Amino acid sequence: MAILIDKNTKVICQGFTGTQGTFHSEQAIAYGTQMVGGVTPGKGGSTHLNLPVFNTVHEARAKTGANATMIYVPPIYAMDSIMEAIDAGIETIVAITDGIPVHDMARVRKELKGTNSRVIGPNCPGVITPNQCKMGIMPGYVHKPGKVGIVSRSGTLSYEAATQTTAVGLGQTTVVGIGGDPVNGSSFVDILELFLGDDETQAIIMIGEIGGTPEVEAAEFLKHEKRKKPVVGFIAGKAAPAGRRMGHAGAIVSGGGESAAEKIEALRSAGISITPSPAELGETALAALRG
Amino acid sequence: MNIHEYQAKQLLRRFGIPVPRGDVAHNLIEAESIAEELDGPTWVVKAQIHAGGRGKAGGVKVCRSIKEVVATADQMLGMKLVTHQTGPEGRLVRRVYIEQASDIARELYVAQLINRKTGGVSLIASTEGGMDIEEVAEKHPEKIIRLDMQPATPMRAFQARQVAFELGLKEREVHKFVRLVMAVNKAFRSLDAVMIEINPLVVTGVGRLVALDCKMIFDDNALFRRNDIQDLRDDNEVDPLELEAARHDLNYVKLDGDIGCMVNGAGLAMATMDIIQHFGGQPANFMDIAGAATKERVARAFKLIFNDPGVKGILVNVFGGMMRCNSIAEGIVGAAQEVGLDRPLVVRLEGTNVELGREILEKSGLPIVTATTLSDAAQKIVEATRGNVALMKRA
Repeated sequence: MAILIDKNTKVICQGFTGTQGTFHSEQAIAYGTQMVGGVTPGKGGSTHLNLPVFNTVHEARAKTGANATMIYVPPIYAMDSIMEAIDAGIETIVAITDGIPVHDMARVRKELKGTNSRVIGPNCPGVITPNQCKMGIMPGYVHKPGKVGIVSRSGTLSYEAATQTTAVGLGQTTVVGIGGDPVNGSSFVDILELFLGDDETQAIIMIGEIGGTPEVEAAEFLKHEKRKKPVVGFIAGKAAPAGRRMGHAGAIVSGGGESAAEKIEALRSAGISITPSPAELGETALAALRG
Repeated sequence: MNIHEYQAKQLLRRFGIPVPRGDVAHNLIEAESIAEELDGPTWVVKAQIHAGGRGKAGGVKVCRSIKEVVATADQMLGMKLVTHQTGPEGRLVRRVYIEQASDIARELYVAQLINRKTGGVSLIASTEGGMDIEEVAEKHPEKIIRLDMQPATPMRAFQARQVAFELGLKEREVHKFVRLVMAVNKAFRSLDAVMIEINPLVVTGVGRLVALDCKMIFDDNALFRRNDIQDLRDDNEVDPLELEAARHDLNYVKLDGDIGCMVNGAGLAMATMDIIQHFGGQPANFMDIAGAATKERVARAFKLIFNDPGVKGILVNVFGGMMRCNSIAEGIVGAAQEVGLDRPLVVRLEGTNVELGREILEKSGLPIVTATTLSDAAQKIVEATRGNVALMKRA
């Protein structure tokens, strides 16, 4: 069943004719994603990668029936593009763009309330359901269809988790990168909710990092949740000093509950198997499934 | 991005928020003339560095004469101030802020910030001003007032009034508080701040409200549209290697260990540091070369790490999604040939074009150790670095 996207998802790309949009749309098509077109304002009516280009998301949706979009526009236009997709009623909006101002994302969050849209990202690798649909910049070949759902703040660590679960023969249902920004579209809890409700997903890997408290909120959620599935966790940044920003805008330890140690403790108390090393995600998931 | 207290106070003034009279001095002549401009009988001299905890560390002094102001400035300028936020090496004081002392009746706390939990904007206030707010939140959570508000929308007067009454302000102070907080909210929105914290916000003996200390943090992602804020950056407050890295769009943070790391992706970069520690080593730095790095940027990143004399060995860990492994390999080989590889180098490549990348490394003829998995890579560099230290000691 997978979550968010599958072979029936009709995908468009915003920022379609740009360098990034072109490269990753080509990759998505080659992977078998059902891409139905793209949007670049001012280039409507033309064809790109053998697909129609539209001036607006509204038009693209009306003419193609698209229900998902991946966004590769520069930070300065990103808020507007996300809001356009929300306004057009697109259900799954995957924002890859890195560097969107935090005030802009706060406005997007406000805009999302009361709509049927869901934003994944920004500053994320995207979402992939192996062999069905790839919306993002992840290397497709490390993924295999299977039974583990992966949700991660870090892109490259989600590739790591996918590689390892593929290597031990578990494979993945869907892999979701929620992004490294302090204010983003979807939280761990949002995605865990979906994985718990998905029959095919038998175990979940959750990869967090220092900064903010979304992992602590996820631990609280799992503790009180009646549906139970084995969950494996890893928190990056144990070796990071407090008060320093570690690349991701969200990765800075500043207050209570934000350090790796505090997060690990919260997750453990919710019954989550913590891997001490990021190299043991696959093995730990295998052990958790065997019970 | 952080700025100094004196810069934050200049910004507050621009938005009509009352601050004590004062100015910044770079030397003793300036210090003396500023003190003369201000009315006595008491002055406060404050060291300007980007770190909290200055008061306890001796970076804030009350003076009772102009002579004392000059003597204090003399003592502070050029000193290395060590606070609980600077690390043991401290920060060099290059400027002092001299202001008129305030007559303090009450100390409050007020901050406007991006609330990560709600994804919106919140106002935090407390009657316990002048203290570490994290400590207040922990010991007396009932003394923290939180008000959630709409992003990108002006704060309403009634919202500010609610907070004012909760703080127990008197009738004539309420009006001043409302004006002040609404101005803070305006500054917050129009400067793309992540946080504006006024601590303490002082109520004086005659019922004036004055911002006695202020900390502002700005959104790095929004600097492209805030040139005036970008101009306030003080490069002296940043490690020179980090500054050099930032110039080339590399995310680099200097650490205390001896194993240099070059990684793509912030999460994997942190995890690489963690796994080095897991196997008994210590990372010398955090480095994220980011998704779309070119051969040239890889070479630059490599040289930057290599030029750190504390680095005894380097681990390159790249999982190419957006990045192609052959470009990484070419960048590394080019840079290694240029600098002359005199320390152990372990490279782990994975992802797009990995076969091409490994081939380039092998054909280079350089003593590069390749690794296939994350733990394999970490173990190899920890071992090699230990060996290297032993060798150097013997020599």
